[in-house]
Amino acid sequence: MEMLRLPAHATPFDRLWHVLFLGLCGGFLLFLIAPILVIVPLSFNAHAYFSFSEGMLTLDPAAYSFRWYRAVAGSDIWRDAILNSVAIAAVSTAIATLLGTLAALGLARADLPGRNTIMALLISPLIVPLIITGAGIYFVYAKLGLVGSFAGVVLAHAALGAPFVVITVTATLAGFDRSLSRAGASLGGNPVTVFRRITAPLILPGIASGAVFAFGNSFDEIIVVLFIGSVHQQTVPRQMWSGLREELSPAILAVATILVAMSVLLLIAVELLKRRSARLRGAT
Amino acid sequence: MGTDSGKETPARRSRRRPKRRLATAKLRRRMTALLLVAPLLLFLGVMFLYPIALLLWRSVHDPLIADTMPRTIEALRDWDGRSLPGESAFAALVADLAAARADKMATKIGSRLNIEVAGLRRSVDRVARQAETLGHGPYRNAVVALDERWGEPESWRAVQRLGWRVTPLNYLAAADLQLDAEGRIVPKPADRRIYLALFGRTLWMSALVTAACLAIAYPLAYFLANLPERLSNILRIVVLVPLWTSLLVRTAAWIVLLQTQGVLNDLLVWSGVTSDAGRIKLIFNAFGTVVAMIHILLPFMVLTLYSVMKAIPDNYMRAAQSLGAGRIVAFWRVYVPSTRPGINAGCLLVFILATGYYITPALVGGDSGQMISNMIAYHMRETLNWGLAAALATMLLAAIVILFQVYSRFVGLDRFRLG
Repeated sequence: MEMLRLPAHATPFDRLWHVLFLGLCGGFLLFLIAPILVIVPLSFNAHAYFSFSEGMLTLDPAAYSFRWYRAVAGSDIWRDAILNSVAIAAVSTAIATLLGTLAALGLARADLPGRNTIMALLISPLIVPLIITGAGIYFVYAKLGLVGSFAGVVLAHAALGAPFVVITVTATLAGFDRSLSRAGASLGGNPVTVFRRITAPLILPGIASGAVFAFGNSFDEIIVVLFIGSVHQQTVPRQMWSGLREELSPAILAVATILVAMSVLLLIAVELLKRRSARLRGAT
Repeated sequence: MGTDSGKETPARRSRRRPKRRLATAKLRRRMTALLLVAPLLLFLGVMFLYPIALLLWRSVHDPLIADTMPRTIEALRDWDGRSLPGESAFAALVADLAAARADKMATKIGSRLNIEVAGLRRSVDRVARQAETLGHGPYRNAVVALDERWGEPESWRAVQRLGWRVTPLNYLAAADLQLDAEGRIVPKPADRRIYLALFGRTLWMSALVTAACLAIAYPLAYFLANLPERLSNILRIVVLVPLWTSLLVRTAAWIVLLQTQGVLNDLLVWSGVTSDAGRIKLIFNAFGTVVAMIHILLPFMVLTLYSVMKAIPDNYMRAAQSLGAGRIVAFWRVYVPSTRPGINAGCLLVFILATGYYITPALVGGDSGQMISNMIAYHMRETLNWGLAAALATMLLAAIVILFQVYSRFVGLDRFRLG
């Protein structure tokens, strides 16, 4: 069905309905993107306001500045928060990717007993509210003395990130042509060689996009950090959380804009990986 | 078979029993598959399942009073719960609290009893401090003189009830119930009932968010699914960018947009819809929470519906129309039913995610937008009533597990996508 152009025989009622429908969808798309579009220009506000000043609307250059970006760059608190977030996300992503990929390889085998139950279990961390998981982990960590430790946050984030890897790699493996690895084996490759030379390159995009998901998830995770982290695990979301609760400074919008830029980059990475995966599969 | 007299080599043996050989190979393959899954299963067992099991246990297991006040609990064993207990119970109370003070446990006892009966913290504290001055008794009048709360059977009933190691008290409290003097389960006084209403509000707000997401996402996904590939790919980015944007960033954006001095109110004042004094309170209440939650969860619904709609061939509708159905009838009777799997999947996913929301209500909910997760966090972090927090969490978890079962049964886990 053609969405944008109506056929010549359309009635006036059709035309009116069509315009209404397009307007509605445009409005919905605006609803989705507007909040993000608003904070990006406001982060360049020269004044400590959260609304567009007269000067900003008339595009007066004096109304715009990098003031809040300089404030963020010059702040030890934000710098530490970014370093903490990157470190936690990197280590937890590595763990999640390794464990998640192995599990997905196991799940792809038809003869795994109880496959559905295991799958449900492996992705349940995404379904159970983080407040519940966070509270439970806090009880365990309180016993082990892990509350407020770097390792504690990393392990929790690895557990929360692994399901993403399981899902993406499983999806890649679902389209994986088994005869390729059989061909590899019949040509004399041992299982390790077959995996290294045939399976791994084909599922690599799935692994990578799972890793991007896990990284993004850890970078954005706040509830578990609030429950089990201490001041030494002051991450970017936690810093934003206290900023939003205490005094709202436009510096937060500068950080938000940086985060938006980062998420766009992650999104592009995942889309490229998806395309690559589809191409590899198409080539088989 | 049976004529071989030479040595039995393994190869020969297995050749003779192909069935067993097959079984062995199968078993080996199974073991490999299990071994691959095992590390993550173990890891999640320790990091996810065990914590949740501990949480469940915590909601019914409360040994503090039984451990720290064994003498009092023993003395109250045969007490009828109505008249004031006898001298032996008072003596036991003084002995227990003196010992607890020495072990620095008296404050914990006071906090725990205070949860059951407001004000008992001070009564415990007084007796614990003055235990030594009471000498060798008689205790009854001396203790009541010290703090008149100990002359009320209600205080003693609280001690008696908390003597159970495995206790239903947290669940009773979570369901706005309590035990009366006879030990019967009765509703709490109307002004102290909060949790059931909060559960109700959580479900109601989640249902509202889900319905709104469906109403917005259905036309939007239909639009995207029927656009030319190129344009649809570009516009899909508009859906994906919010999905990838930090939850906190999006919540911050809604504060900026909706607050009284915010962008939307400025726009309303500027356009003359409201006066400067009549700025509308759009956030820090239930309205703001619902708007922000719809925005945050909408991409999940759009993408789920989109993937289903993309797979519906054009000629279904054409066939229906050629068979005489009008466009609206064809849409309603043919197109909508074929998107049913997407509707089910999207609604369940959004509803499940919405019921557990914490961050958004905490930041923009004000008083009227708080949800059950916020109450769990409040008891975990502020009142330190972990037993009640665990009971509330368990009830929320039960609802979610049931919904997740429905999801995996009727939608299938393989449909679980991340955009």
